[in-house]
Amino acid sequence: MSTATQPQQATPSEGAGPQRARPKVSLKATVVYALAALVTLVAWVLDTPADARTTFQFGTSGDLVSIPNIPVPALGFLVVLLVVMLAATGFSFWRWRERRPLPAWTHVVVGVAFVLAFLTFVGAGRSTVIPMVSLLAGALALSVPLVFGAMSGVICERSGIINIAIEGQLLFGAFMGAVVASAAGSAYLGLVAAPLAGALVGAGLAWFSVSFRVNQIIVGVVLNTLIIGLTGFLFSTVLSDNKALWNSRMPLPRIRIPLLADIPVIGPVLFNQTILVYLMYALIFGLQFMLFRSRWGLRTRAVGEHPKAADTVGIKVNVRRVWNTILGGAIAGLGGAFFTVGSGLAFGREMSAGQGYIALAAMILGKWNPWGAVMAALLFGFSKNLGNVLSSIGSGVPSELLLMLPYVITILAVAGFVGRVRPPAAEGVPYTKS
Amino acid sequence: MKLELQGITKVFGSLVANDHIDLVVEPGEIHALLGENGAGKSTLMNVLYGLYDPDDGQILLDGAPATFKGPGDAVSAGIGMVHQHFMLVPVFTVAESVALGYEPTGAGGVLRLEEARRRVREISDRFGFQVDPDARIEDLPVGVQQRVEIIKALSRDAQVLILDEPTAVLTPQETDELIRIMRELKESGTSIVFITHKLREVRAIADRITVIRRGRVVGEASPTSTETELASLMVGRSVSLTVEKEPAQPGEATFEVEGLSVVAPTGTVLVDDISFDVRAGEILCVAGVQGNGQTELAEVILGIEEADSGSVRLDGKDILGTGVKERLRSGIGFVPEDRSTDGVVSSFSIAENLVLDLYDTPPFARGVSMSPAKVTANAEQRTEEFDVRYTSVHDPISTLSGGNAQKVVLAREMSRPLRLLVASQPTRGLDVGSIEFVHGRVVAERDRGTPVIIVSTELDEVLGLADRIAVMYRGRIVGIVDAVGEDGTPVSRDVLGLMMAGVPLEDAQQQAAQHRSVLGAADLGEEQA
Amino acid sequence: MNDQNRPDAGEEQSVAAPPPADAGSENGGPTVREQERPGVLQQMLGGSALMSVLAVVLALFIGGLLIAFADEDTREAATYFFARPLDTITAGLSAMTEAYVAMFRGSVFDWQAATFAGMVNPLTESMVFAVPLILAGLGIAVGFRAGLFNIGAQGQIIVGAIGAAWLGFAFDLPPVIHLLVAILGGAIGGAVWGGIPGVLKARFGANEVIVTIMLNYIAVYLISYILKQPGFNPGRTGQRSPAVSPDATYPLLVPQWLWPDNGFRLHWGFVVAILATIFVWWLMERSTVGFQIRAVGANPAAARTAGMSVGRITVITMVVAGALAGLAATGQVLGTERSLTAGVAASFGFDAITVALLGRSRPWGTFFAGLLFGALKAGGFLMQSLTSTPIDIVLVVQSLIVLFIAAPPLVRSVFRLPDPDRRRRRKADTRTTQEATA
Repeated sequence: MSTATQPQQATPSEGAGPQRARPKVSLKATVVYALAALVTLVAWVLDTPADARTTFQFGTSGDLVSIPNIPVPALGFLVVLLVVMLAATGFSFWRWRERRPLPAWTHVVVGVAFVLAFLTFVGAGRSTVIPMVSLLAGALALSVPLVFGAMSGVICERSGIINIAIEGQLLFGAFMGAVVASAAGSAYLGLVAAPLAGALVGAGLAWFSVSFRVNQIIVGVVLNTLIIGLTGFLFSTVLSDNKALWNSRMPLPRIRIPLLADIPVIGPVLFNQTILVYLMYALIFGLQFMLFRSRWGLRTRAVGEHPKAADTVGIKVNVRRVWNTILGGAIAGLGGAFFTVGSGLAFGREMSAGQGYIALAAMILGKWNPWGAVMAALLFGFSKNLGNVLSSIGSGVPSELLLMLPYVITILAVAGFVGRVRPPAAEGVPYTKS
Repeated sequence: MKLELQGITKVFGSLVANDHIDLVVEPGEIHALLGENGAGKSTLMNVLYGLYDPDDGQILLDGAPATFKGPGDAVSAGIGMVHQHFMLVPVFTVAESVALGYEPTGAGGVLRLEEARRRVREISDRFGFQVDPDARIEDLPVGVQQRVEIIKALSRDAQVLILDEPTAVLTPQETDELIRIMRELKESGTSIVFITHKLREVRAIADRITVIRRGRVVGEASPTSTETELASLMVGRSVSLTVEKEPAQPGEATFEVEGLSVVAPTGTVLVDDISFDVRAGEILCVAGVQGNGQTELAEVILGIEEADSGSVRLDGKDILGTGVKERLRSGIGFVPEDRSTDGVVSSFSIAENLVLDLYDTPPFARGVSMSPAKVTANAEQRTEEFDVRYTSVHDPISTLSGGNAQKVVLAREMSRPLRLLVASQPTRGLDVGSIEFVHGRVVAERDRGTPVIIVSTELDEVLGLADRIAVMYRGRIVGIVDAVGEDGTPVSRDVLGLMMAGVPLEDAQQQAAQHRSVLGAADLGEEQA
Repeated sequence: MNDQNRPDAGEEQSVAAPPPADAGSENGGPTVREQERPGVLQQMLGGSALMSVLAVVLALFIGGLLIAFADEDTREAATYFFARPLDTITAGLSAMTEAYVAMFRGSVFDWQAATFAGMVNPLTESMVFAVPLILAGLGIAVGFRAGLFNIGAQGQIIVGAIGAAWLGFAFDLPPVIHLLVAILGGAIGGAVWGGIPGVLKARFGANEVIVTIMLNYIAVYLISYILKQPGFNPGRTGQRSPAVSPDATYPLLVPQWLWPDNGFRLHWGFVVAILATIFVWWLMERSTVGFQIRAVGANPAAARTAGMSVGRITVITMVVAGALAGLAATGQVLGTERSLTAGVAASFGFDAITVALLGRSRPWGTFFAGLLFGALKAGGFLMQSLTSTPIDIVLVVQSLIVLFIAAPPLVRSVFRLPDPDRRRRRKADTRTTQEATA
């Protein structure tokens, strides 16, 4: 975790950098692409009858201009996608030979082609359509808490605190959001309470890891257990004693943004949402900008990379870490509100169901960058929703295997198959002066 | 600005790092703070810079008492510091690094990076630094990073600039350049506190010298004092700066390196096609400025770094491709450069650290079961033999002083019958007594007929220990010279210094004859005095 | 001459800096005090054991406040708190006592039971719950000693349970052998699931915290998938596999012929837990493997320089940890449940983390911590049925205990105890002064 600040080479004459050979480029991408192509060929192309068709549905009921369903010849489309994957494999192999790194878009191309191939195979010869809009809308819905959690993780870890307690922050946010919204009779007041609850958990994490220098992973894990126990306990006692007062459903209203919501396919997905989702959009753009373009961001990153350097220019390392952890907690708490008021549900025992850990994984997969984390969160949300949708349209693929997918991808990611990841250098290391 | 420290005391646990230290720095002077490693110089400066709270004493600026709650206070009072380990965030650009803490911002705390860049360029141009404000710190050579640190201090209008061991990572030629910069700063009215343990530099640049030993001021000296005078003041007794040893009786070359290269995963060539051999019963010193591939060379010999090409032969067998354990057991002794990270497990007991290599061999283990009694007995014997001072062999090794911990490492590495000894910076951070002990042991191992490789950045150590000297620069061996020429004169420092800057041996000899460096001039002063 | 007491000042201070991932000691910065190994008596008096007791007391007290808060009578009384504050306090206290008395009766000794066997039955129940906690806790403790955060005991238990159950019901082997084979199957299942993060960390440097968390979820989906397969679900009855053959189950520890009608569920799994504790002690303190594990955990760079293979040790550690978690699964599958269910791991995998932390990663510490948390669980069930205090309170108490254990200064300030560090420092100061005057 700790990397030395000294570069490898010392050169006296300025300008003359260290000697370089071409950096070694990994062959992993090529292997993964080839595997994707192989799966497509063996499992899907060879198993699809020549005359089968797959119908994709792009419209929703509320569209101004109704979009017809699009049937495609399954085998032909599969072969096209297979060719795309093979081309990407060849391209990545060539780049490897040239010792040049691969551009990021090839990952996206192969990923999209693979998913489309899978959907084509599943829908081949069936009367049911593949509902693209509800696939995407569901993916976004499942991603919302992940995005908030991952943003919380980015803020905390960029300042050097490992935030395993995202799970607890989401859950406590969901709990307090539901309780306050129900008691006050206003979903919006729930949105005020949720971040406060998350901030409280964040403050606990900061208190133990900064003041007592307890290992941050331990504090995080234990805080999660504590919150599960606490919310479970209160759920079975206070909340169930008087359900109407403390735990009635308080859905946030949807706000339809005119014009934008009328864009085909993505319009209804992105712009007919609750205020919580719009807050999420603002958060993503705001955090991306602030982290790299503001004084707060510069200092936050300094504290997470090289706290002593920050200290020597008068930045209060531990104060900044504490506030950032509390801020991160608040953001995750707000995300937790999506489980209850954001989805119009009452609070249920352990309803965050491990999403906090997935958010953590999304943050790592996104290489500690807000945008990257959002992309990873969307990927996870999509694959989970795909599992749900497919089991409802009754494909032959066991839904359990699909639901495993995000976790498998994360493991592959941290094992370095998705490129080198470098965490903030001082992550998890308590800072003391002497 | 006149700076005074009065009665500064700082205690860490049982250690009094600073004991009522008084120091006066006049405006516009270069004041050297001279002392051994661990004498308390850095602690004192960290107190001055607001990083540590002093337990006693006060700081006066132009006669008025000042208290610094943190570095921020010190900086706004006009004190700047260039730390020994640079305080730069590796992933930041130069402009970001200089701006950090004093960011020019617009509305809503948005950075005005253009302003930050302009600031860097301004100062950089004034002193002829040639630093690109958009370069990333981790891509810059150490010498340039140091300039970024100086720019950082100057951009905050430092009137007193503290330089903590600034030459540790520089070649002699870069050091000359730094000395030029220091003089220029002095001309412009900045006072400089120059912390070092290198006598020659002090004599070349300082206006006044304060010597610190074991946390106390032991005296002031003028730059005209001889090196020997300064040295004895610094260590507290008159010391011989040379290592006592007989001329080597080298035998066959039993250790050979040929065409060895090491490439980092990033593509940086760390060790570049080097070849040399070491004969039984001789000490080969690998000299060079820190970070020119010596560390990697030593690590490749042990096997914790992988070679890209070439061969390493011990007793005629190529050992590349064998594991670390195998190499250790085939007779390589290895004293790592960084004792605390690579040499010992600090939470393990002294006894356990002494069997870190042979824990699974008889008599310490039968099968997979270890025998604690044998481990203890071994520790008692070894510590006796190597004069390690301890309370109990079951105490964690972190309770030992640096010198004693290093003796434990030596005792462990020399407990096997050796075919090769590799020691990196074997005396870094040790007190004089321990240094003498370590050097004596190394020479004794040589005299037993073992080939020895010493990697050292300290020219004094190299000149004292070596039978032959290989100088490394940017991963290559610039040249290999005999420590004592055929005519009986030792190789000159200037020649080695030039080689450490990459000048080939013959050119270096020519240049050294024509031109004396700033430090060479200090030598001249000594001769005249 | 006084070199001995004098670590080389300023620059050398960093040597004593805490290793970043020092898993063994919870409060990040190990002081000299923690690294010493005082005798048991010294430890008791020196505060470590006392601190654990105080942490438990404090956690139980806070849990009690929560119980009082959730109690309806108390809350009713609180509505007129300012008129008659004593009512609220009495109601709260009675709710708290009732709950904890029930918990004691459910976990240690039930004096209201009809027979003596019934009276001591709670204690045996605590031991039953302790079996998986101790075994999985040992696995996590071994990981901690190697500097590995194995959050994956949950998944390892699940896969171990699949292995043990399958060998238990699908085969027909002679009595003792069948049990041994099923136990081994559990251990291997866990070892495989633990080995994956080990290999990924050793080979690719994958962070084991993330990988083990992910493998937990994969294991959850794996078991629900497997339980739908014909082999595991012949009658399509739902979430339960066929019963494990009686030959492959742990015999009862107190047989009926020895003590008729005792009704204890306590089985030989408890003996396995004791044996495993002894084994782990031997492994860590007396074997060359443990020596390497400890060295790698404390300083991987130095271990590598001394010729140890850090990767190999990482894999071995995770395999051992997984195998121990797999054994924990046998306590469930071959002991109490006697078939494979989707919820076979309950929350044992996560509870085990707190067990290992409370036990400070030491084998016997983990053993007793497991007993304590087993008792909390057993007691929690009786408490839930008698006083309708939800068992979730156990989770709260458990996590509070660990938080307090990890932060001794907090507990000390609550109980207004002096700081032993400070006393030491003062002593050191006097010593220096003596030296200075000498």
